[in-house]
Amino acid sequence: MSVLVYTENWDGKFKKSTYELLSYASEIAKMANTEVSALTIGEVAEDELKTLGTYGASKVLVLKDEKLKDFIAKSYSSAISQVAKKEDAKIVVFANSVSGRALAARTAVQLDAGFAPGVMQLPSSLEPFVVRKKAYSGKAFADYELMADVKVLSLTQNSFELIENAKDIAIEETSVEIHDEDLRAKPKNVEKQTGKLLITEAEILVSAGRGLKGPENWGMIEEMAEILGAATCCSRPVADLGWRPHEEHVGQTGKVVAPNLYFAIGISGAIQHLAGVNGSKVMVAINTDPEAPFFEAADYGIVGDAFKVVPALNEALKKFKAGQ
Amino acid sequence: MKVLLCISHVPDTTSRIRFTDNDTAFDKTDIQYIIGPHEELALTRLLEVKEQIGDLNITVLNVGTAETEPTIRKALAVGADDAIRVDAEPTDALFVAKQIAEVFKNGDFDFIVTGKETIDFNGAQVGEMVAELLDLPSISSTSHFEIKDGKALLEREIDGGKEEIEVDFPFVSTAGKGFAIEPRIPSMRGIMQARRKPLKVVQPVEQAAKTKVNKFYLPEPKGACKMVDAENVEELIRLLHEEAKVL
Repeated sequence: MSVLVYTENWDGKFKKSTYELLSYASEIAKMANTEVSALTIGEVAEDELKTLGTYGASKVLVLKDEKLKDFIAKSYSSAISQVAKKEDAKIVVFANSVSGRALAARTAVQLDAGFAPGVMQLPSSLEPFVVRKKAYSGKAFADYELMADVKVLSLTQNSFELIENAKDIAIEETSVEIHDEDLRAKPKNVEKQTGKLLITEAEILVSAGRGLKGPENWGMIEEMAEILGAATCCSRPVADLGWRPHEEHVGQTGKVVAPNLYFAIGISGAIQHLAGVNGSKVMVAINTDPEAPFFEAADYGIVGDAFKVVPALNEALKKFKAGQ
Repeated sequence: MKVLLCISHVPDTTSRIRFTDNDTAFDKTDIQYIIGPHEELALTRLLEVKEQIGDLNITVLNVGTAETEPTIRKALAVGADDAIRVDAEPTDALFVAKQIAEVFKNGDFDFIVTGKETIDFNGAQVGEMVAELLDLPSISSTSHFEIKDGKALLEREIDGGKEEIEVDFPFVSTAGKGFAIEPRIPSMRGIMQARRKPLKVVQPVEQAAKTKVNKFYLPEPKGACKMVDAENVEELIRLLHEEAKVL
């Protein structure tokens, strides 16, 4: 048996989240006394493949198939399941991204596996296989037991630290059989920004709400994000009003995020918003209203006018960054 | 055309969450239940599509015990045409997916819509599992949905962008952000009509659970928010750097 990790690549490049996944998988492999194999689909340069060895993969399986040119959940999950069977993988790990989650659920059905979605820590035991995950939109946690022979996990981004564990990595090509009927729902048009820092992957998020009064006032928010190497996001009313694009909405019906640091500027902290951000390690609230519910959820708070506090904070952050 | 819309019956977002039986079960005392927010948006959009194309019958489906019927009736009051309840206490996501797949097979539905995730178990897996069980294409986290000239045109969110997809029937779509903007609420007339709309109860098929919850936990109580003076932003940076170690 082995632990198989599906390592998605973006135009032939891996991301930090890929290495988080490998770090996570190789810690599980240590517990199970086995090895980690990574599977990647498409063209990736050898040097890039070798980076997977730095975080514990002892083998990388490369799958190049013209039929897998477009991401389609059905064909990709079929390919991953076939490789998992060939490798006799008993644990298959995915990123809990939009695509990873879809693949994990389908793969679990194909492998007759138990699936724990959105895990944030290592299993507490392997026999029985028990792992903790969030429940009730972050208001609780649940210890999940996976009772099938094969286990599928999807790991929440940013929830597991990188652990170097250098291995001599073997690179092997593999092949699978893809049926044409697995290629239905093929995308007609894809718009993808590969260079942009994703909200779900950023370690720091600068988020702003209606307290900013209008879209013209986002300059200082974008500046703060730039200083910190962060991504910007927003509350639901801001996206609904069209002040910011919908992709930036974080909250229960928007994106669910778990950064190391979350700045909530002019966001009151409605429970629906908190449900999407309560996985953040540290939260800072800046609000004029001392009664804003966000102060009950935040770790640090400033009661004050964002239009004064944020520019001052930006200046101070620039000095801090220059001194580092 | 017929759509099967799968809805969850979940605690209202503002509910205080508690557990019972040694933290192995959810405490239902004083809990208000709602249609899952993603499915509420899905229903809204399907009603808009129905108004555009005319021919669309919306069947809502819930897998649950009789106590979910008020939630199903609410969906009928908002405007769904009829309903099916699979009479079972769900054991896990695969169990629910299996029931949905079975209802689909026994009906003449053209496509299936689910929410992208429920707000109680947050698994975001049922829709994809249904698609896999039925060998259907799936469009997860659908952000736009329309039917034009007999074809389904969808957009879906991907990591870092979006895709446009034209798909043949049948398929599974899981509704995400953007599917609709503001959920519709039932009118008085809708509530009256809902009482007379058909709600069929069917028996579940067998599916052994692959997962179970051994225990629930509430998060550790959080320390008080440390307040920093608005005139002293340097102090915030110091705390984030030295104490929280996130800068």
